[in-house]
Amino acid sequence: MSSEVPPPAAAGSAPDSAYVRIRDVSKKFGDFAAVDHVSLDIRRGEIFCLLGGSGSGKTTLLRMLAGFEAPTTGSIEIEGQDLSRVPPYERPVNMMFQSYALFPHMSVEKNVAFGLEQEHLGRDAIRRQVGEILDIVKMGDFGARKPHQLSGGQRQRVALARALVKRPKLLLLDEPLAALDKKLREHTQFELLNIQQRLGVTFIVVTHDQEEAMTLGTRLGVMNQGRIVQVGTPSDIYESPATRFVADFIGSVNMFAGEVYANGGEGLCIRSADLGCTVRAERATGGAQGATVWTAIRPEKIQITRAAQAAGPPAAENTASGTVKEIAYMGDMSIYLVRLDSGSMVRVTLPNVLRGTERPIAREERVALSWHGSSPVVLTE
Amino acid sequence: MRLSQATGRRLIAAVPTLWLLLLFLIPFLIVFRISFSEVRLAIPPYTPLLAWHHGALHFEVHWSAYSFLFTDPMYVSSYLYSLKVAAVSTLCCLFIGYPMAYAIARSGPATRPLLLMLIVLPFWTSFLLRVYAWIGLLKNNGVINNVLLSLHLIDHPLALLQTDFAVYIGIVYSYLPFMILPLYANLEKHDETLLEAAADLGARPWRAFARITLPQSLPGIAAGSLLVFIPAVGEYVIPTLLGRPDQLMIGRVLSDEFFENRDWPVASAVAILILLLLIVPILLFQRVERRQLETEA
Repeated sequence: MSSEVPPPAAAGSAPDSAYVRIRDVSKKFGDFAAVDHVSLDIRRGEIFCLLGGSGSGKTTLLRMLAGFEAPTTGSIEIEGQDLSRVPPYERPVNMMFQSYALFPHMSVEKNVAFGLEQEHLGRDAIRRQVGEILDIVKMGDFGARKPHQLSGGQRQRVALARALVKRPKLLLLDEPLAALDKKLREHTQFELLNIQQRLGVTFIVVTHDQEEAMTLGTRLGVMNQGRIVQVGTPSDIYESPATRFVADFIGSVNMFAGEVYANGGEGLCIRSADLGCTVRAERATGGAQGATVWTAIRPEKIQITRAAQAAGPPAAENTASGTVKEIAYMGDMSIYLVRLDSGSMVRVTLPNVLRGTERPIAREERVALSWHGSSPVVLTE
Repeated sequence: MRLSQATGRRLIAAVPTLWLLLLFLIPFLIVFRISFSEVRLAIPPYTPLLAWHHGALHFEVHWSAYSFLFTDPMYVSSYLYSLKVAAVSTLCCLFIGYPMAYAIARSGPATRPLLLMLIVLPFWTSFLLRVYAWIGLLKNNGVINNVLLSLHLIDHPLALLQTDFAVYIGIVYSYLPFMILPLYANLEKHDETLLEAAADLGARPWRAFARITLPQSLPGIAAGSLLVFIPAVGEYVIPTLLGRPDQLMIGRVLSDEFFENRDWPVASAVAILILLLLIVPILLFQRVERRQLETEA
């Protein structure tokens, strides 16, 4: 993984396109590089999501931004100010902790006021600002409560208010929604977006949850083994993953090894024994003749039809046939697991648009799979 | 099933209850009763509570032991002196013990058992022997004076033994583990991310300590202080061996009344008054603890 793919859309935006500048930052614990030569530019007012599995280094990177860990090499700047030697209590950065880290012996108001008290603001100013921010997170009526008297969602709001009340230049959120249940998460997600837009604070969110990253993030940075693997908008990352790791990590994907046999004007032709057919990837370039590549196709980009309905002779490209082995009915959509004639399994999702008018495809039925030439993504690493 | 569980729970609770009843409450009632009698030359050496006089049963309560304690200023002064010694020793233990407990709680998981072991290690030697050892260190031709003399830092030996200072040293040295262990038990549970959160919100380390760690360690401070203060008030051995001959602590007074003067009623009254003095800090401690339990619930 030598190449880091720069976000193509990033070029030529506002002059403050690098509001937070992370330059070649590494963090070593003994011999282990938790963060390995990471460079990132984060823009003012955006929500940047660092997405990765456990041990990918995303939390260590966040802790270096907060000042809890010092980078082994590299530098971190905010608005041109080098933060490398600034202790956490002097950084214009606040953090919302995964555990929320609310002070258990203080009321909600005291928790939120804590940061302002450190700035030696007057009592009236503190009370006013605390009141304002608690209203924004809709916790205005709970100021006198202690953290243990609040629900998980309420604690999350207090933690957010406490981190935002100082109007930081950068707000770091460590798995902000991980402790909430599913229904509450969706609701909170949109509220978080709303608050961010209202206050215009730049957010960096660390998460292992791709759904959370996709809905929250203006841009995502996918991390693996201490490195940034890809940076881009959610759709960039989903539709044009740069590596097999990214394709597999974000969403589900069908991936087949194959060999390039033609690289013409109409895209790349790949012969795949696993798939049992040839793939023409219209959008793909690169890949020398004879090179081994991987073709990735998202399950929702594959059409599934009864084999009997397939009119005429089967097309040579971008189609495969097989037998339905499993069907999972999810309500809004169904997932079909199809065993191809080559023996590989393919996952296909189909939205349940109509309400049971047609006879649905059943298990053990013969089906034909096809996809548009723009759908396959060709990956070389 | 549930019934048998409840019975089992009651049985388990019955053992300590019985223990306290037999070995604390009943002896206490006996002492309480003796304190309201007068000395007489007999066996037992005090007047009975119920007596026959002229054919009638009399219930005789004497306040003389208590009133006697307030007529002789020696008793009041011993009480006050004991409270002062115990309070100062407790504060010294707190200021020495808190950093030690904090350091142990923040040390690595590998070194922590070793450090705790070192705190407990002195208990492996007899308490009496350790106090005697301090005589050897503090006396005029003892280790400390000899070293200072040989270094020519002093011309003539310092009077260290038989001073308040020696009593403080003895008590702080002996009771320090009782301060450290409850403090450690409390500090060890602290969530370090709270300190990170405080730093993140702009609090310098000392301020974070004062606003986060200290308030949360109050139950540990209360428990440790109580474990030092209460036995220190009644301490007998240390002031007898190391302390001033002209100023007695109340534990010594009690023992003298009992063994030298054979005045059981006055000795009992002294004991009851010590107990009354100690109830105040115990109630304070319970309040702190109750508040902490509410927070954790």
